[in-house]
Amino acid sequence: MSAKQVTSMSEIIDVIKDGDTIISGGFGLCGIPEKAILALAEKGVKDLTIVSNNCGVDDWGLGLLLKNHQIKKIIASYVGENKLFETQYLNGELEVELSPQGTLAERIRAGGAGIAGFYTPTGFGTEIAEGKEVKEMDGKMYVLEKAIKGDVALVKAWKGDPYGNLIYRQTARNFNPLAATAGKITIAEVEELVDVGELDPNFIHTPSIYVQHIVEGKSYEKRIEKRTVRKKQLN
Amino acid sequence: MLTSRERIIKRASEEIKDGMNVNLGIGMPTLLANEIPETIDVFLQSENGLLGIGPYPYAGEENADLINAGKETVTARAGASFFDNAESFAMIRGGHIDLAVLGGMEVSEDGDLANWMIPGKMVKGMGGAMDLVQGAKKIVIIMDHVNKHGETKVRKACTLPVTGLKVVDRLITDRAVFDFTKDGMVLTEILGNGTIDDIKACTEASFTVSKKLLEGVSKND
Repeated sequence: MSAKQVTSMSEIIDVIKDGDTIISGGFGLCGIPEKAILALAEKGVKDLTIVSNNCGVDDWGLGLLLKNHQIKKIIASYVGENKLFETQYLNGELEVELSPQGTLAERIRAGGAGIAGFYTPTGFGTEIAEGKEVKEMDGKMYVLEKAIKGDVALVKAWKGDPYGNLIYRQTARNFNPLAATAGKITIAEVEELVDVGELDPNFIHTPSIYVQHIVEGKSYEKRIEKRTVRKKQLN
Repeated sequence: MLTSRERIIKRASEEIKDGMNVNLGIGMPTLLANEIPETIDVFLQSENGLLGIGPYPYAGEENADLINAGKETVTARAGASFFDNAESFAMIRGGHIDLAVLGGMEVSEDGDLANWMIPGKMVKGMGGAMDLVQGAKKIVIIMDHVNKHGETKVRKACTLPVTGLKVVDRLITDRAVFDFTKDGMVLTEILGNGTIDDIKACTEASFTVSKKLLEGVSKND
C-alpha cells in the first residue's frame, strides 16, 4: 500500500488545525469534497479560512461548516445560494472576500505554480480593484491580484490510484485540479480507487506529486442543486 | 404580439452566428439557447468548465457531475470538451469567446455596465461577470429599458457599482438596440412600436441615431 493511501477520512482529517486556510474544490455542489467536509464538521475545527467558488447550501457542502460556526473568513466568487451565510455575514461573524471567478481560479493556480501575483484586466474600475495596484500595459488597464496558497487543499476526483494520480469526471473537475496544486497538504477523495497502473498516464488530470493523502469515499450523495430536465419526445 | 421578454430574446438570438463560441449569462440570456436554429453550429461555453453545452437531460437522466454555470443539470453536445476553471477563464479573458450575452441592471452612455450588486441588499458576488466583460470579443447586454418603477436603466452614468467600464458593445432592450462605438452611443434599431422620440423620452443616456435608422424612419413616413 502506498504511504499516501488511507482507509478513511477520519484517519487523516486531524492534519487540519484551528485557523487553517483550506482550499476546496467544487462548483456549487458539483465535485465538492463531501466526505472531507463531513469529517471536518464532525471534528469541529474552527476559525477556518475557506477558499472556494461557493459556500454550499444551508444543509450540505460547506454550508455544514457555516452551520457549526467553523468558518471565520471565506474567499469566494458567488455565495448567493446560502441563507446561513447571509445571517452570519450581517452579524459580522463572517468575513467575506469576493473575488471574480476567473481571478479566483487564477489566484489558486498561481499559488500552486509559484507565481506571487499577476495582472488581470478583470475588475478594473470596480470596487474589487480598490486598494490594489493598477497598471497600464500596452494601452490596457490591469489590476494586480495575489496568489492564494492553502494549508490544506480538499479535492474530490472520480478515479484515483494509490500514488494520488487523479481523473475527474465532466464538470465535476472545475476548481479541483487547481486546489490540488495549492495546498501544503492535499487530501484527495475519490469515488473509485484503482490499482497502480490502471489509469492511463495520457489521461491523468492531476499528477500524483500534488497529492499527499488519498482515500476512497463510499456512497457519494452528489446532490443536485437545480434539477432541470426536458420532456421525452414521443415518436 | 411578443412580450417584452420575448422581444429581447428574439432579437438577441440573431447575434448568435454559425461557428461561434458563445457564453450566455445566467437568467434571461440562458433562454437564448432554445432559440438557436438547428441549421447553425455553435459551441456554448459554461464557466464551470464545459465547451459545448447540450439541452437539458431527459427526466431520469440527470447527472450531478454535469451542470452549467447556473448549477442546472445539462448535457454535453457531440464535440464538447471539459476543463478546469483556470482554463475556462483563460478562454474568456484571453479573447477566445466570440460573444457573451449577459443581463444588465444599468448601462451607461460610455458602455459601462452594472449588473452584479445593489447596495443595501445582500451581496451575492460577481461570479464570472467581471471576467467575461473584459475578455469576450463582443459583449451584448440584454435588459428591460426601464425598471418596474418606470425609471430608465439606460443611464448617463451608472448609479450602481459597475462590473466593468466601457465594456458593452451592444445593448438590446425591449424597446431598442444601441451600439457603443468610438463616436459614442448610437441608436441603431427600434423594437416594437416606439418612435425615436419615444426612445429619447425613456433614456437618460445621450445617443445619436444611426443613418440607416434615420433613413428607414423617413421612408416609412
